[in-house]
Amino acid sequence: MVSREVYALTGGLAPLMPSIEVSQLKRRPPSDEKITWQWLPFTSSARKDDLQLYHWARVVNGVPPTGDYSFAKYNKSVDVIRYTDEEYEKYLTDPTWTKEETDQLFDFCERFDLRFIIIADRFPTSRTVEELKDRYYSVSRAILIARAPSPGEVAGHPLVKEPYNVSQETERKRALSMVLSQTKHQERKDAEVIAEAKRIAESRMAAQGVEEPDLPVTSDIGPENAEKAIGHGDTISPSNVHVPSAAVAPSTSILADNTSTLASLRMLWVYLRTYALEQMVQAASSSAGLRTIKRVEQTLQDLGVNLKPKVPTKAVCAEHLELRKEILTLLNLQKQLQYKEAEGSSFRDGSYGDMPGTPKRSLRAADQDRTFVPDTISFGGERVGKREQKRKGPGRVAETPSSPAHKRPRKLKASDL
Amino acid sequence: MINSSSSKKHGTDQQEISGPTAKSQRAQMGKPEESENKKRLKDVEISVPIVFGNAAFWLGKKASDYQSHKWTVYVRGATNEDLSVVVKRAVFQLHSSFNNPTRVVESAPFELSESGWGEFEIAITLYFHSDVCEKPLNLFHHLKLYPEDESGPMSTKKPVVVEFYDEIVFTEPSESFLARVQNHPAVTFPRLPAGFTLPPPVPIEDESKRNRGDTKDHPLSQWFLNFSEADELLQLAAARQQVQAHIAKLRRQISMIDGQNQQLKPPSDQ
Repeated sequence: MVSREVYALTGGLAPLMPSIEVSQLKRRPPSDEKITWQWLPFTSSARKDDLQLYHWARVVNGVPPTGDYSFAKYNKSVDVIRYTDEEYEKYLTDPTWTKEETDQLFDFCERFDLRFIIIADRFPTSRTVEELKDRYYSVSRAILIARAPSPGEVAGHPLVKEPYNVSQETERKRALSMVLSQTKHQERKDAEVIAEAKRIAESRMAAQGVEEPDLPVTSDIGPENAEKAIGHGDTISPSNVHVPSAAVAPSTSILADNTSTLASLRMLWVYLRTYALEQMVQAASSSAGLRTIKRVEQTLQDLGVNLKPKVPTKAVCAEHLELRKEILTLLNLQKQLQYKEAEGSSFRDGSYGDMPGTPKRSLRAADQDRTFVPDTISFGGERVGKREQKRKGPGRVAETPSSPAHKRPRKLKASDL
Repeated sequence: MINSSSSKKHGTDQQEISGPTAKSQRAQMGKPEESENKKRLKDVEISVPIVFGNAAFWLGKKASDYQSHKWTVYVRGATNEDLSVVVKRAVFQLHSSFNNPTRVVESAPFELSESGWGEFEIAITLYFHSDVCEKPLNLFHHLKLYPEDESGPMSTKKPVVVEFYDEIVFTEPSESFLARVQNHPAVTFPRLPAGFTLPPPVPIEDESKRNRGDTKDHPLSQWFLNFSEADELLQLAAARQQVQAHIAKLRRQISMIDGQNQQLKPPSDQ
């Protein structure tokens, strides 16, 4: 099928023949010109010395090519404004810069075509890229203004109109590097904060705004995160409490549960850490069925982790919660993989009616249910041996555990690591 | 004292109102200096690590049918510091078969000793100083008298000890509370907003009368358990690492299978 556009363009039928004339592809005999290739010397206007280089040149009827070296036109450089000593004394002195340094900076700028990264790297005294740029641009700007017959003449010049803003640049780069180095964990936390900020804003609006809205940052966030939240492209600011909802992560249902739990905990004024953890765990597992929750707990046991932390400090509770969430993710992925494998099998066999529930599938499913660890990871030699025994017959996998103490492999202890 | 009288006024209100309106109500009803003291820090939490539980001694030959054990139920600071800096009193609610089952302990160490034969649930209610929190907090502890290993011999010298670690979290603490507990070892002090300064601390009413309330040299201290978060953190970190590695592996497998399935798909699907 030919697309509509092609049809319209060609004014009717699409061409059935190739557009290139086949006869054109044959080498044409040269007309009346005699072409030779000669190894000839050449000069380039781009060179400042008189070095003689040679290259193959296409000579037509004995006449070598004329004109400058064809690549000389690419030898561009930046017009760096150079000041006189007089001008320096009059307009350009600065407490944080010596004349020598400034001279050197301008030399480098010319030499390296304003490639500030390279300039910063080679600069004898340690200066940041932003400092160098600041000095260069402010000197250039001052010179432009000083040399201009009237201020209006240069008002349109980009350097004059939009001067380099050091602090803004430094802040921007710092915020950017923080955003780039954000872990997934941070991303989620930020989304949580934003969602909570929204809730607080809404509840405050509802309460007729008795107090002025404070900066909505949760206590979990340390100074570096608080700054990050501010540097985050103005999503949170003291005066603007209406946060764009687009900033909230896709899994809003789980985050919404989390943040509403946090909010309701705050309303209690006093609570126990274990109670808070229970609530958060419930919120995180709210979308999971009972079987999944049991599997999470089984996994925790297999990993040798207490279902309820023995020392529930703030840090421990946070880690515990994250671990549970990760296990949920893991279980979801396992299910996903099963379905995809089943899909693939059905494509292969050509039997589309093959459901994941058939015996072949359920064996593997039960296997993954039962043993947390795949073949490549193992806790210890003992454990691998036990799993080998388990695999012996297909019927065994589906049996219910009669005495968990014996069937379950040895728990991982801290000393195993 | 200003603080305690205001707490009596506001006591019942606290439960009904929640959120920003509560603060404004308090500000209206109290005297100007009161509302200054009651200024609260949002998004700041202060926590007090505690351990609660019981120690029970078998009375051996002195045991009778109804009094086989002597036990003590208690709430202590996790590092044995004095909890009376935040806790005003503790009320232990015992089984109804005890005389006067509601036992009030007005000073640290917050503990209660009794003798009996039965294991039952004890409700412990902690009341805090008025600048700390006007709402009490409930803990529940199942009294344990008999050792886990039922077949082992019972000793009169070594008690059966069951302890639980927890942390009391106070949300939006008042400035006066923060000022008062600034350097107290029983309290985990939060990081305050930058540049924030606290007002000078105002001591609580019965502080001067108080005797030593810490449990460092408590007669039972040799049986106290140690709670260190390091081991648990290590375990959790290791577990998380394993899970994350497994997740990465599954993701790779899934994307691989996705690729395969794309190719295998019957033409009509494409």
